[in-house]
Amino acid sequence: MSQGGSAPPGLKSAGSREVSMTIPVAPEMEIVATAQAAALGEYIAMTRDKIDEVKLALVEACINAFEHADCRDEQLHLTFRLGGEKGREWLEVEVLDKGKGFDSTAVEEPSLEKTFQTHRKRGWGLQIIKSLMDEVDISSGKTGTRILMRKYK
Amino acid sequence: MSESCKVSSERRGDVAILWTDGYINNQGGEEIAREAYAQLDSGVRALVLNLEKTRIVNSIGISILIEVLEKVMDKKGVLAFCGLTPTIDKTFRIMGLAQYAEIYPTQEDAVRSVTAHPA
Repeated sequence: MSQGGSAPPGLKSAGSREVSMTIPVAPEMEIVATAQAAALGEYIAMTRDKIDEVKLALVEACINAFEHADCRDEQLHLTFRLGGEKGREWLEVEVLDKGKGFDSTAVEEPSLEKTFQTHRKRGWGLQIIKSLMDEVDISSGKTGTRILMRKYK
Repeated sequence: MSESCKVSSERRGDVAILWTDGYINNQGGEEIAREAYAQLDSGVRALVLNLEKTRIVNSIGISILIEVLEKVMDKKGVLAFCGLTPTIDKTFRIMGLAQYAEIYPTQEDAVRSVTAHPA
């Protein structure tokens, strides 16, 4: 588990174009965030299916924070970046909360078999994010959590 | 701003088709479960969930769909999905839902298949 700070290695964002927004921790605010992701995806002519994948990953990152982060400021801080490397354009989304943090390495990998055996059917968020996005970096500590995820066009 | 999911249904013999329209989150999932359980309690054997008007299902909504699947399996019934966007299809397969529920491209395919299933 690493402490949030500068951009994580492997997801350098220098020279990118970015849009920032803050959303309150409130029901369905994740949908407000997805509208921004969709607009930027369309701006770089990303396919609708890939935009949908970014939107769902973003929804999962937001509702994880809404439910578990216990954000001190009751807000999520989102940054959307557009960039490109070697002719490949990408859309990157950063979801930052000022909550209590968590150890992402200690999160048990879910399976439907295990899910059937328990009353609690949840715990799929991180798995979905990692499966739908091309690159994901999670840094978390006592001052909050940052999920940085990138999708190539 | 609400993207709340609307659910409608129609019974055809012992098959019920449920149509969703909008974002399936906890409220949307509960709406689907309410409708599905009512259909199962009235004697329906197979459920077809047509999600062609839904573009996002979050993990809370999916967890409720898993509960519906469990209830269908308890009753030795069949649950089939159709009209999934590629992203929803991919998400269901990531979670292993395709092992227990059937996934078809169209409603016609789904209804034909569950109708042919032995009771």
